[in-house]
Amino acid sequence: MLEVRALHVVFESVHAVDGVSLTLPAGPFGLGIVGESGSGKTTIARAVMRLIPLAGGSVLLDGHDVFRLRGGALRAYRRAVQIVFQDADSTLDPRMRVGPAIREALRVHRVVSRDEFGHRVDELLEEVGLESATSSRFPHELSGGQRQRVAIARALAVEPRTLILDEPTSALDVTVQARILRLIAELREKRQLAYFLISHNLAVVQQLCEEAAVLYLGQVIEQGPTGQLLSSPAHPYTRALRSAVPEIDIADRRARVVVPGIVPDPAHPPAGCRFNPRCPFVVQRCREETPLLRRLWAEHSVACHRAEELNPVLVSHGGRGQDALGQTPDNLGSIF
Amino acid sequence: MSEVAITTRSRGVARLARKNPLLAWGALVAAALIVVALAAPLIAPHPQDAGSTMHPAATLQSPSRAHPFGTDMYGRDELSRVVYGARVSLSVAGLVLIIAVAIGVPLGIAAGYFGGVVDNIIMRVTDVFLAFPALLLSLALVSVLGPSVRNAVLAISVTWWPWYTRLARGQAASVRGRQFIESCRALGVPRFRMLWRHVLPNSVTPLIVQVSLDAGGVILTAAALSFLGLGAQDPTPEWGLMVSQGQDFFTTQWWLVTFPGIAILITAMAFNLMGDGLREVLDPKRVLTR
Repeated sequence: MLEVRALHVVFESVHAVDGVSLTLPAGPFGLGIVGESGSGKTTIARAVMRLIPLAGGSVLLDGHDVFRLRGGALRAYRRAVQIVFQDADSTLDPRMRVGPAIREALRVHRVVSRDEFGHRVDELLEEVGLESATSSRFPHELSGGQRQRVAIARALAVEPRTLILDEPTSALDVTVQARILRLIAELREKRQLAYFLISHNLAVVQQLCEEAAVLYLGQVIEQGPTGQLLSSPAHPYTRALRSAVPEIDIADRRARVVVPGIVPDPAHPPAGCRFNPRCPFVVQRCREETPLLRRLWAEHSVACHRAEELNPVLVSHGGRGQDALGQTPDNLGSIF
Repeated sequence: MSEVAITTRSRGVARLARKNPLLAWGALVAAALIVVALAAPLIAPHPQDAGSTMHPAATLQSPSRAHPFGTDMYGRDELSRVVYGARVSLSVAGLVLIIAVAIGVPLGIAAGYFGGVVDNIIMRVTDVFLAFPALLLSLALVSVLGPSVRNAVLAISVTWWPWYTRLARGQAASVRGRQFIESCRALGVPRFRMLWRHVLPNSVTPLIVQVSLDAGGVILTAAALSFLGLGAQDPTPEWGLMVSQGQDFFTTQWWLVTFPGIAILITAMAFNLMGDGLREVLDPKRVLTR
């Protein structure tokens, strides 16, 4: 179980991540982290990977503080949690062929004995849908989708339980995207993976995640089972995000919400609710008092003063019987 | 398959030569010089004249069929000495650059990659060495150590490595910020491996260019030291020393200065052209400062 507790990350006095808490149970399980650029999604990923220092809070793997790990324990953490970055173009060393790049992961963590390296590299390439001949290629000789597969193979080489998928498909063509997403869905079942899937695309999260958290200016503003979050979003921002995705919004065309304005400068977040300058339902209280993330019902939390009055139906139904945990895995096949 | 590869490669070389004639000429001349140095005993008409032999009967003869470059004040064949001089100059350049790279590059890579305190310590030490005018420091060192080719190599190396530290540091610092380094850190690649397998290979291009450019400079510096009497000593056939020895006779026996001088000029120019050409070929966008 990977936990992020009250995470704070500060870059030159900008609170890129401001008190985010997330819990990722054992796999197979997907937790989507959704938000616009600048919302702090990638910063969370980098913090979880211990690539940047924290200003506050902690990252825990099975209860152990990741930032206190040293030596062998840190290596064990790196084996347990791996990351796939957005742009495989730049995440692979341009001077290293595919084979050695994957072998490096095997070697660094002594995953298998030296004479099995070649064989294991072939297996991994096959697992991500690449030919073994790919191992003699340089990254620039591959297509974007192939490069992302190599990055996935390299991450999987150390046999992690948990993956951080940081916008794994957003640099790719739509058709290639679908294939990579299907690969992730396959690997998740085969390897019993738990993952944070970071994306600005709700449709992607809907396909691959049981649970989702919506991020706005470094804070979680809504979190819950993906199906419920999308069918009955409680936060005005989530509603707007949802209506920006046509596939999800078909049943709900008339209610299309367009958020005016752009994300404010994170160096000077607005007082009160951070969404208030763009919110169509803003009242005086929103400008003065910061809403806390609170449980609305069951697993569904929201940070909005007016959640109940804006969603009366949902509150009275108390959960509306949309069980995303049961629903999403069935959806995995059908969307592609 | 391999034939195809070879033809495309040789075609590639031909295209490169057309696109970048300076590189082609520089590389050709440099290669020829290396061949001359290696095959000196076969090329030189009087190999023993590269040493301390004397021919009192044949001193200071002007160029002739028997001695195309004439003979020096001890009657030694000047052509043989110039040919053997290629050995001295190229091995001095090679040694100095190997030492400078071996010291400078690891320090620079470490400084650039780790930054912070490590960077500060390494770069302040480097600054101390750079604060002296290079030739002056070399002169001072040789006058302490005593004049010889070996000491000239040491003295030049001492003034040369800091430049490689600077260059490698800049490269490593820019490589450090690239995403694949972060992905290697996330994978848990150990530091040494990171530097050796990722930072260095991605920093190496401008270093290669610099080595090529510097070969000419080192040869000139070595010749200058020898000219001043602080490098090679007679009977070593060193071009700078030969020019120095010949200058007393310059007005009457012009060949003693001219031929070794031309050898220095051609060698330095060949390496400079090659370096400039390499720079263009390897990275047209990069502007090196030195």
